[in-house]
Amino acid sequence: MISVFRRFVNKVFRDLFNRKGELKIGLYGPPNGGKTTLANRISQDWLGEDVGSVSNMAHETRAIQQKEEIHVKRGKKELTFNLVDTPGIATKIDYEDFVKSGMKVQEAKKRAKEATKGVVDAIKWLDEMDVVIVVLDASIDPFSQVNITIIGNLQARNIPVLLVANKVDLKKASVKKVQAAFPQYEVVGISAKMGKHMDKFYESLFAVAG
Amino acid sequence: MITLQFVPYTEMEGLSQAKRLRKILSLVKEEKIVLMEGRLKSPDDADLIKEAMQEIDEKFKGIEIAEVNPEHGENTPFFAKVKGNFVNMLIGDRAGMTIIGPATVIKEIKKDPNKIQLFASDANGKKKRR
Repeated sequence: MISVFRRFVNKVFRDLFNRKGELKIGLYGPPNGGKTTLANRISQDWLGEDVGSVSNMAHETRAIQQKEEIHVKRGKKELTFNLVDTPGIATKIDYEDFVKSGMKVQEAKKRAKEATKGVVDAIKWLDEMDVVIVVLDASIDPFSQVNITIIGNLQARNIPVLLVANKVDLKKASVKKVQAAFPQYEVVGISAKMGKHMDKFYESLFAVAG
Repeated sequence: MITLQFVPYTEMEGLSQAKRLRKILSLVKEEKIVLMEGRLKSPDDADLIKEAMQEIDEKFKGIEIAEVNPEHGENTPFFAKVKGNFVNMLIGDRAGMTIIGPATVIKEIKKDPNKIQLFASDANGKKKRR
């Protein structure tokens, strides 16, 4: 109830002082879905610079990262927004998993501590978002509780959602499975790494945020 | 040995959100797998994850969670969904079930809309299907 009220107050203030470029678009999803890869792709496409570093090891992004004033053009349409890349949301974090990936114990413990803080921050920032791009790895099972929790919380807050099935370049990827798991949303299948279907992505982004 | 604890809806409905989440986390931190009648609403589920993250240390590694909502399966007929929503309006999110357990005990929960497979770790750290 309090968060709904806070969001309402935030929205009223935002609408009152709305200026071009203040639209906040957040990238949310579980770890290793490709949020930062997509953030880098968008930022490279329109600003020519990266947002953050990417890695195969989970929880590479452990703090909120922002790129301000991204100006996207499609024909006569224009969209200016601040892009917010968030740490992956997980229900468990074990430093031993990082050790197994070759990290030293102290470094792994530090990474795990930062990752837990990152998850808390990502959830806290939900109320700040105007639009959210949920980035899921299309090659893994979409019926995870983290995915359901993220999407359920966005629905409850009435935040518009663009659902992205990323990594369609992988053999196991299935956009259909993601679509079946969340039939209430249109799903855009892309490969942020390869830049595949980005035109369709921007078209959908305009439909949701424009 | 795995301990399962059933938590009926009536035990949770009168509690504040903070107390509900505390109760769940306390049971999970005692290494019990909680079988809760009904489902966690938004933002309770996100707040549970947030609370769990804040308590992670060398012993407690977080939680595994899954819920089953029989009224909202992929192949559920339209009228069954409407009926389910109507029942939920009357009695709250009592339909379905939520499973929450410590990540050190539950290695993985695989689910489709109507079925849950729980993989617990045995004494050797290997996965075992339940």
